[in-house]
Amino acid sequence: MLASAPPAEAYLILSAVLFAAGGVGVLLRRNALVMFMCLELMLNAVNLAFVTYARELDDLGGQIAVFFVLVVAAAEVVVGLGIIVSIFRRRRGATADDLSLLKG
Amino acid sequence: MEWFVFALGTLVVLLGAFGVVTRTNPVHAAVSLVGTFFGIAVLFIAQDAEFLAAMQVIVYAGAIVVLFLFVIMLLGVDGEEDLAVDPLPGQRPAGALVGAVLAVGLAVVVLVGAVTGARSVTAELDADVANPVAIGRVLFTDHLWAFEITSLLLIIAVVGAVALARHRPDAQVDDDLPGDALAADGPDADDAPASEDVTP
Repeated sequence: MLASAPPAEAYLILSAVLFAAGGVGVLLRRNALVMFMCLELMLNAVNLAFVTYARELDDLGGQIAVFFVLVVAAAEVVVGLGIIVSIFRRRRGATADDLSLLKG
Repeated sequence: MEWFVFALGTLVVLLGAFGVVTRTNPVHAAVSLVGTFFGIAVLFIAQDAEFLAAMQVIVYAGAIVVLFLFVIMLLGVDGEEDLAVDPLPGQRPAGALVGAVLAVGLAVVVLVGAVTGARSVTAELDADVANPVAIGRVLFTDHLWAFEITSLLLIIAVVGAVALARHRPDAQVDDDLPGDALAADGPDADDAPASEDVTP
C-alpha cells in the first residue's frame, strides 16, 4: 500500500532523472539554442530538489534559493541569447562544432 | 490524490524533457520545454511552494521560452537539425552512458542517503502564513543584501545583452572556414612591404 503522499525520495529521483536528461542533451545536441534549453532543464531539476528539501526540512530557505536561481537564470538567458545572436550574425547556421576558432 | 498529481506532473515533466532532447526542430524543443516548466510548477504546488509555481509559469514559461522562440524566429534557424550525423565517433554512446551513470548514481545517493541538517533554520513552513508573505518576509530581512545584488546583476545582464547584440555595420561576416577568414583579414595580407615587388 502506498503512503498517502509521495515521499521526498520520489521527487528527488525525478529531479535526478531530469538533471541527467538535461546533461545528455547538452552533451549530444549540437544546436547552441537546444543546448541552452537543456541547461534550463538542469536548472529546473535543481530547483525541484531545492523545493523538495525545503519541505523535507520544514525550512523556507530552499524556496529562497530557488527564487535566486530564477533571477540568475533569467540574466543568464539574456546574456547567452545575446552571444548566440551575435554568433549567428557572423556565421549562418552555426552549430557548436563550427565554433572552433580557438582550436590550435 | 497526491500520488495522482505527482504521477501526472512527472509524466508531463519527463515527456517535455524527452521532447527537448530528441526533437530536431528547435521550435518543437522550445514548446516541449514549456511542458516541462508547467509540470515543474505543478510539482511545486504539490509541495506547498505556490509563489514559486507562479514565478515558474510567469518567468520561465512566459518570459524565457518566449525569448527563445523570439531568437529562433529572428535568426530563422527553425530548420531541422540533422541528428543522424555524428561528428565525433562514439560521442553518442559515451554521452548516453554518462547520462545513465549520472541518473543512476544520483538516484542511489537519494535512496541510500538520509536527509540530514538542521530543521527550520530560516523559517518554518507555516500553513497559517501565506507562502508569498513568508517568502517576502525572509527575502527582505535575512537576504536583503543578496536581493539588492541581484538587481545589480540584472542591470549588468541587460547592458551586456545590448552591447552584445547591437548591430555593427563594420562587423565581418565569415562565409567560409574561420581559419581562412583569419588568414585573409590578418595584418600580413595587406601590410606586406610592397617595395620587394617593385625592385628591378
